[in-house]
Amino acid sequence: MTPPPRAAASASLSVVDNAGDMSAASAEHVASNEPLLKVRELDKHFGPVQALYHINLDLPSGQVTALCGDNGAGKSVLTKCIAGIYQPDHGQVFWEGQPVHIRAARDASRLGIETVYQDLALADNLDIVQNMFLGRERLRNRLLDEDNMERAAKETLASLRVTTVRSIRQPVASLSGGQRQSVAVAKAVMWNSKLVIMDEPTAALGVVQTKMVLDLIKRLRDRGLAVMVISHNLNDVFEVADRIAVMYLGRVVVQDQTSSFDRQSVVEYMTTGGLGRSGGRRTQES
Amino acid sequence: MADVPKRADLAEVPPEQAPDLTAAPEAIQAEVPPELVAQTLGEYVRAYAARIRAGESGVLPVIAAMLAIVIVFEVVSPNHLFLSAGNLVNLFQQSAVFMVLAMAEGFALILGEIDLSIGFVGALGAAVTVQLVQPQTTNWPWPAAVAAGLLVATVFGLIQGTLITRLRIPSFIVTLAGYLIANGLFLQVLLLGPFSGYPNLAGFSDNLKVIYNLMWGSIDPTVSWIATAVVVLGLGLLIYLSDNRRRRSGLVAPPTSLTLIKIGLIAVVAVVVVLICNTNRANIGTLEGVPWVIPIVLAVLGVWTVLLQRTRYGRYVYAIGGNPEAARRAGINLSIVRTVAFGLCSFTAGIGMLLYASLLNGMSNNVQGGQYVLYAVAAAVIGGTSLFGGRGKPLHGVLGGLVIGGIYNGMFLVGLSFQWEYIVTGLVLLGAVTIDSLSRRGSASGSVTRV
Repeated sequence: MTPPPRAAASASLSVVDNAGDMSAASAEHVASNEPLLKVRELDKHFGPVQALYHINLDLPSGQVTALCGDNGAGKSVLTKCIAGIYQPDHGQVFWEGQPVHIRAARDASRLGIETVYQDLALADNLDIVQNMFLGRERLRNRLLDEDNMERAAKETLASLRVTTVRSIRQPVASLSGGQRQSVAVAKAVMWNSKLVIMDEPTAALGVVQTKMVLDLIKRLRDRGLAVMVISHNLNDVFEVADRIAVMYLGRVVVQDQTSSFDRQSVVEYMTTGGLGRSGGRRTQES
Repeated sequence: MADVPKRADLAEVPPEQAPDLTAAPEAIQAEVPPELVAQTLGEYVRAYAARIRAGESGVLPVIAAMLAIVIVFEVVSPNHLFLSAGNLVNLFQQSAVFMVLAMAEGFALILGEIDLSIGFVGALGAAVTVQLVQPQTTNWPWPAAVAAGLLVATVFGLIQGTLITRLRIPSFIVTLAGYLIANGLFLQVLLLGPFSGYPNLAGFSDNLKVIYNLMWGSIDPTVSWIATAVVVLGLGLLIYLSDNRRRRSGLVAPPTSLTLIKIGLIAVVAVVVVLICNTNRANIGTLEGVPWVIPIVLAVLGVWTVLLQRTRYGRYVYAIGGNPEAARRAGINLSIVRTVAFGLCSFTAGIGMLLYASLLNGMSNNVQGGQYVLYAVAAAVIGGTSLFGGRGKPLHGVLGGLVIGGIYNGMFLVGLSFQWEYIVTGLVLLGAVTIDSLSRRGSASGSVTRV
């Protein structure tokens, strides 16, 4: 796959300091094992309603971070702040160690952040290739370069081992739920993204299809991407996540390696924001 | 998928192409277009049959409708006049107006909208053209007059599109208002000049003749043959080379036999049409050759097919028709794409009604602009364009226009009056819409069972 031109992208972003020296920064980022994305002291309110309080969150490369929380805990607002849909009021976002302002969805995708929303945003009447390239079609002589796009789409799907579709020229309407999710993920991965955010990826799926999507998430991790999965389903979370962050009433109350949690403790954090008894765990990391 | 237990009925499928076990195999087979999965002609025929059984009939209903029209009218028309060369050329000429108007309406339908105004907006543009070429008054050269007429229609469409997208008024209402306004403006334009509301194309001015010849002029038979050969060979070579290239690089492509059949079909249709047109169809003297209107319609078909199927703009039109939210998130500017589509719709309608003016040899207040919109919608839907958005091609307008033209022409031959023509056309439209919504329901329920 020939990567789409991205060289100019980082320059046009508002990197607050040290803008010229991106390569040194990424070298340092690799050396120091800095998380790909760091959120620090992020606040967001809508009128009088404080949706996010002092959020601290790390999303390291090559790891799946599960974001758990009850309805209204602020998961979606936090996701949208990272994806550039909302602007945070205070706080900073660091990308590969550099402070950045993500002002629009376009900025996020220039950095390499792609979001797979729950409704997937696929056009049913278009085929898989057409959906994967929607809005970023490749041209030759001002006409669509279908051969080039089909080859690239095929390679991406093969690299994710999405092999169950009969033809990549079939309309998305004829795909199963798991296949649609796979296409949406492949669409996100296509653009050399480094962070993929997935909103409830297994919510509407059956057992076999859920397994298919979870395998796909593991493959993204194995390719070195940072993955953030928003999920209510603790089975999926424990199956796939390397790290778990729990939100409660607009705060990230805990984040740590999956091994230091069990179901009971995650549920307790989700419902009460802390561990009442017995657990003895810290309520705030970092 | 390797650790998923195999079901017995899938055991013979090699594991590397094992289908998604969560999907019903027969439903998948029915919904995937056969040319995408078939490796041989036999497989193609079987896949096609499965699709028809599942209600995805494609262009089959329109072909069946055409056959029915031909058989019925050939049998009942006096002296079996229906299939005579003279009548068939006449039928092409009448259908041309429906075809171009249906291609115009296609832009709105693919977006999931509707444009009720195209009959009178096109008529307004055509009236402007017919007025401007009149030697007694303005006497504009015909290219300028045609451009001015098409510009008027296009601007009207762009204004409607702007109101629909910026003010978010439903297209049904905006174009209903546009229908009335264009009707009034059209009648007003007819009153200009010393023609008592009936500017016509009779006269010795070259500019008048060119407009008249759009519909009534013919190409020399020899030239017709040469041009047909060039077009068919060129198109055939293009299709063959492109399919071949895709096959060799392992991309999705139909089997060679299917490519050849497709090219053969195009050649046969072209040869038959030219043969019919090159027959002397005059009662006295000679009248032969392909009418100019046929290459004009084919040019509109070709340009709009390339625009819709091979450019970014066309891709966005389909994406908006299929899922506007997905298009918006992909960074597509919905307002601009929609507004331009309404402009293109009115522009094409301008071409269609200019052909109508040529057919009528002028413009008059008898032009049934409202009637023609309904015929245009009917033709597009009969051809296979969906009223619900996202599906449709310019070719559908041409096929549907031929059906509507066939009914119109046949009923006239038989001597049935207009009321019967309306009733029959209405019934055909109802049938086409029923097929459209049934196939839509069928595929929708199919998807739901597999989510």
